Amino acid sequence: MKLYEIAHSRAGDKGNTLTLSLIPYNEEAYQRLCEKVSAEKVKKHLSEFVKGDVIRYELPNISSLLFVCEQALSTGVTTSWVMDAHGKTLSYALLELEI
Amino acid sequence: MKETIRIGCGAGFSGDRIEPALVLVEKGSIDFLVLECLAERTIALAQKRKLQDPATGYDPLLERRIELLIEPLKKNKVRLITNMGAANPLMAMEKILAIAKRKNISIKVAAVTGDDVLDRINQDDNSLETGEAIRKAGIVVSANAYLGIEGILEALSSDADVIITGRVADPSLFLAPMIDSFQWPTDNYDLLGKATVLGHLMECAGQVTGGYYADPGKKEVRNMANLGHPILEVSSDGSGIITKVDGTGGEVTLGTAKEQLLYEVVNPFEYYTPDVIADFTTVFLTKAGDNKVLVTGGGGKEKPGTLKVSIGYQAGYLGEGEITYAGSNAVERAKLAGEIVYERLRDRFEELRVDLIGLNSVHGSAFHHTDPYEVRLRIAGKAADYSLAAQVGEEIEALYTNGPGGGGGARKYVHEMIGIVSTLIDRKRVKPLVTVKSI
Repeated sequence: MKLYEIAHSRAGDKGNTLTLSLIPYNEEAYQRLCEKVSAEKVKKHLSEFVKGDVIRYELPNISSLLFVCEQALSTGVTTSWVMDAHGKTLSYALLELEI
Repeated sequence: MKETIRIGCGAGFSGDRIEPALVLVEKGSIDFLVLECLAERTIALAQKRKLQDPATGYDPLLERRIELLIEPLKKNKVRLITNMGAANPLMAMEKILAIAKRKNISIKVAAVTGDDVLDRINQDDNSLETGEAIRKAGIVVSANAYLGIEGILEALSSDADVIITGRVADPSLFLAPMIDSFQWPTDNYDLLGKATVLGHLMECAGQVTGGYYADPGKKEVRNMANLGHPILEVSSDGSGIITKVDGTGGEVTLGTAKEQLLYEVVNPFEYYTPDVIADFTTVFLTKAGDNKVLVTGGGGKEKPGTLKVSIGYQAGYLGEGEITYAGSNAVERAKLAGEIVYERLRDRFEELRVDLIGLNSVHGSAFHHTDPYEVRLRIAGKAADYSLAAQVGEEIEALYTNGPGGGGGARKYVHEMIGIVSTLIDRKRVKPLVTVKSI
């Protein structure tokens, strides 16, 4: 099953760092996401873009995960030459992950 | 003293829609309207305009927004706080006064300056991003410190109707009216942290009311065309309700609030602003009715001793060209076209980027999909000067008569690039200055 089936995500950018939230539609799925979606797994899944570390933050109060991906935006929005310089579409790349 | 105040956010970036702010002012029963219009690069571009013409350098949409809003703001007793001053808050103030005069409206405007620290940065210092000397990045065109609440608080105490700033941290635009209205001590970091969470939820306007959220079949959002922008009803204890004007489109739900709470946050335990280091991990979100989300919790610790400085530098030009192929074997013809252009340009460019839009342009080849019926070739190259960058698009256009069969819809672009690096500056070396004028 793809993450897309059970969760949604928004991408954000800060310099060359990409942030990806991962929010289950049903809060009961939060624990499952914690178990199945590790930082290592996300780094491997997005290895074509993410050249640095991936840090995972757990936010149990709002049943959400946050992945902070370093060196992920081709130098950052102001000097990037890729189509999607903000990396905004990458939220949906995360949701392609199979669990 | 008031127990609650209502703050609307009518714009979340420079190019945001203009009309939702008017709905907030006329129907939102708000005390303050915030228009957040300044991104990192926006101020560097504004600085360049100001260098060419000292009468410019403020937000390009300032006049259009003020023309529409100034009478309703006055009529509904709503005070405006905005960073549309960009690189030139004083000239922006004059423009606002001139519009008011023409419309026969008496107003008081306060401009907050002091963020421009170009004369105070040492270009031999290392940038936070590269770890190398700032001067190595390129010719520096701007350096603006992120100011906090101080200047806005002084402006509020002058009873100004309109407060116009340059570079100010986005949450500070919301924090200042809360502190002023509730008389919070500015060293009560728990309250400032809570308020910063609320400001962060609000600062992208429509992104918390269902904008940038919809996904048909998964996340249905009603009446997107008439998307309402958010209202924050904040209490003196630092809790708040995010909502919107009844009858507008969009929605305020736990889903929209969660996506926005985590947006662009690189460390939820320590969210740095000039006013506080806020903790987002202790925030609770609760549904409090239709299109109402209650925000409680959150906190903070003492503000940092330094301010972040955003430095803009000339980063050359980006040349781009695009052309579409469709029908049988479209992908192979597009690939061939890419190879041809690459061959023709490779002696003049260190590197070229070749994308097939519809196949691999934004998610690469990481996730396999079948070939599309039509595909758009895009080639991009960076160059130090404009004319070389333009050659990328010229070669794409030349594919009409010198490339594979069936190419159409060629377009060419050249963008000037302003890069951004950051450094820190001792906050004692940055003094906000407030200038007040009435008409």
